[in-house]
Amino acid sequence: MRVMAQVAMVMNLDKCIGCHTCSVTCKQTWTNRDGVEYVWFNNVETKPGVGYPKRYEDQERWHGGWELDRRGRLRLRAGGRGKRLLSLFANPNLPDLDDYYEPATYDYDTLINAPAGPHVPVIRPKSAITGRDMAITWGANWEDDLGGAPEHAPADPNLAAMVEKVRMEFDKTFMFHLPRICEHCLNPACVAACPSGAMYKREEDGIVLVDQDRCRGWRMCVSSCPYKKVYVNHKTGKAEKCTFCFPRIEAGQPTVCAETCVGRLRYIGLILYDADAVLDAARVADPRDLLEAQRRVFLDPDDPEVAAAARADGISEDWIEAARRSPIYRLAMRYRVALPLHPEYRTLPMVWYIPPLSPVLDAVTGMGADADDPDNVFHAITDLRIPLEYLASLFSAGDTGVVAGVLMKLSAMRSYMRARTLDGSVASDLLESAGMTAQDMEEMYRLLAVAKYDERYVVPAAHREDAAALSAQVDGCSLDGDGGPGMSGFHPAGVTGRRGDGRVGLKLFVGRGGAA
Amino acid sequence: MSVALWVVVPYIALTVFVVGHVWRWRVDQFGWTTRTTQVLESRLLRLGSPLFHLGAFAAIGGHVLGLLVPKSLTEAVGVDEHLYHLVSVSAGTVAGLMVVAGLGLLLARRFTSPRVRRTTTRADRVLFTVLAAVILLGMTATVGKNLLGGGYDYRATIAVWFRGVLTFRPDPGLMADVPLIFQLHALSAWALAAIWPFTRLVHVWSAPIAYLWRPYVVYRRRTPLGVRR
Ligand code: HEM
Ligand code: SF4
Ligand code: SF4
Repeated sequence: MRVMAQVAMVMNLDKCIGCHTCSVTCKQTWTNRDGVEYVWFNNVETKPGVGYPKRYEDQERWHGGWELDRRGRLRLRAGGRGKRLLSLFANPNLPDLDDYYEPATYDYDTLINAPAGPHVPVIRPKSAITGRDMAITWGANWEDDLGGAPEHAPADPNLAAMVEKVRMEFDKTFMFHLPRICEHCLNPACVAACPSGAMYKREEDGIVLVDQDRCRGWRMCVSSCPYKKVYVNHKTGKAEKCTFCFPRIEAGQPTVCAETCVGRLRYIGLILYDADAVLDAARVADPRDLLEAQRRVFLDPDDPEVAAAARADGISEDWIEAARRSPIYRLAMRYRVALPLHPEYRTLPMVWYIPPLSPVLDAVTGMGADADDPDNVFHAITDLRIPLEYLASLFSAGDTGVVAGVLMKLSAMRSYMRARTLDGSVASDLLESAGMTAQDMEEMYRLLAVAKYDERYVVPAAHREDAAALSAQVDGCSLDGDGGPGMSGFHPAGVTGRRGDGRVGLKLFVGRGGAA
Repeated sequence: MSVALWVVVPYIALTVFVVGHVWRWRVDQFGWTTRTTQVLESRLLRLGSPLFHLGAFAAIGGHVLGLLVPKSLTEAVGVDEHLYHLVSVSAGTVAGLMVVAGLGLLLARRFTSPRVRRTTTRADRVLFTVLAAVILLGMTATVGKNLLGGGYDYRATIAVWFRGVLTFRPDPGLMADVPLIFQLHALSAWALAAIWPFTRLVHVWSAPIAYLWRPYVVYRRRTPLGVRR
């Protein structure tokens, strides 16, 4: 056993209202620069929907993540090492800008400079890439709230596996929002695919980063990540990705996206895991066993043997203590209501989700029944094949039993707490059906419903004595170099906001690249 | 004049090549990249880039054979002039056609795709110009002289002179009577060597061969500064 610590996140999807505050604050922090105009380390997509980039979940097309070869060994889905080196010259699996979207800005100068006249001046959208006039026809969440869904949503790869097709009619459909960041996987396909060894997983907290000084622009990480959470900066020609806001994590603070989430639906905490068990877990034969396999990799921080092994592996006492208070461990392991996104990609993702009960409740109400009656909800959960199958294709490799179990638990919690609050009665039948004690049930309720800042975010600071070395590891994060944050917004030449060339680095190598 | 062209120029180019690489490696790791543009335009690149690169590898291999391996050596292993000529002209022509077609496609996308066009830097423009010159002159020499013309035995002159430059015993006299087209090809190649370290061509030295035996997942641990594993 080799104990390692990982900062992980859980998002409670019932609470996401799709406001995009997380996306916007992340963008302001990390990708408000030339070259990454189209990049959203955090994006929020509407489901059912094709997502960002379009149909990223269709691994038949993009060949992201891992698969098992005939002898049951793990192999990147894009092929063996030799094959991928031979496809360096042109990557057959790389999405292009139109699979994301062409970012736009406006020629704001017109507003300021238009001569006085009878009409209000009109500004036009300009491509942030080419500076030319353009029509805006797609975006990172074009299908917001199912906009255009009748036309686009049937292309959602998750629907392909379903027996009955979701009807995209206004009154018969369901929807929810799915905020996505990098999963900081235990078995990261991006790292494994990087030919230069520029991508790495930090041993102390599991954050996956790109060394900007070592990246050579082979762009294999971009296509190998099944979640499409590594991006090409088309100005620097290097890869960039969600950093899990490592400078904040090192200081003991939550990520920007979590900190600013208005729904307070994100949780951050530590997971102790057995690094030696990762590969075996990732190669279990049946994709539906991956969830349990991954759970077995996680270690119980309250187990004295685990704590001793963690100490022996150099994990400090305050980190072990933080792991004991981790909301992630409680949600994923104790209450077992959090599930990984697409475990079948075999990367062992570490941002998990509590599946939304609301599509089911909406459907119950839609049928004219009372969504507060647990019996109705229980029946709906098992009878409503469509939301259940859909959620299962996202969170449990198609195993509807797993998702139904979680939804039953959430529904039981609602009913149990209602009874407790209204007349103080204890619905022991509900406890029994959920397989939980009264104390667990109330603690879970507290964590999901009223948890305060320090219960939602249990982030131990990096050790002072190590902090300098940690930051120094990332010599050249995406902040450095030409086009670092604060150097510019993205505006095509000639449009307000164009900066003087305040670049650092070597003038020789940057001409009109991007909008510099 | 002959000394200037066939001794001074090569050594200036070689010096810039070596010093330039050392300097750039030390000050500009962040700029050391292919500067991929595939996200901006994929269709033409998918065809052009493999054509260009595979052709370039074949052409480079051919140059190594033709310039660095002495004629006496190939003859000693039983390859006579006729056989050598046959193989080098046919393989050289195929490789050359691949490079020309590939570069044509790569250039076409730089002109026709507004997205790629905007990311084209000054260094790119110089690079593509010189590269195109080297390739077109080389193709003209191979096709014009060796395939259609009477053939020219560059291994008796250019190759000997080239090895002399590399071993610091340059003999400019060898180049005096070389056909003009070969002379121009050689000069343009020195120009390419001189601009090489300042362009995206530095990616060639980062060919990720070590990837074949590296463990899949790379971990980095907090270590004293500068120590990495
Ligand atoms: C050593 C192995 C090599 C590898 C793995 C390699 C790989 C690559 C890659 C990945 C790109 C970026 C393509 C893109 O996405 O835009 C590229 C571009 C390029 N390479 Fe190579 N390359 C190699 C050797 C060479 C050689 C020997 C030459 C020529 C002397 C060369 C000339 C170029 C040029 C000119 C470009 C720019 C293409 C364009 O953007 O139009 N490469 N190479
Ligand atoms: S989700 Fe993150 S860690 Fe996992 S493969 Fe993608 S970029 Fe890598
Ligand atoms: S963790 Fe930080 S970098 Fe990653 S998505 Fe959230 S705000 Fe962005």
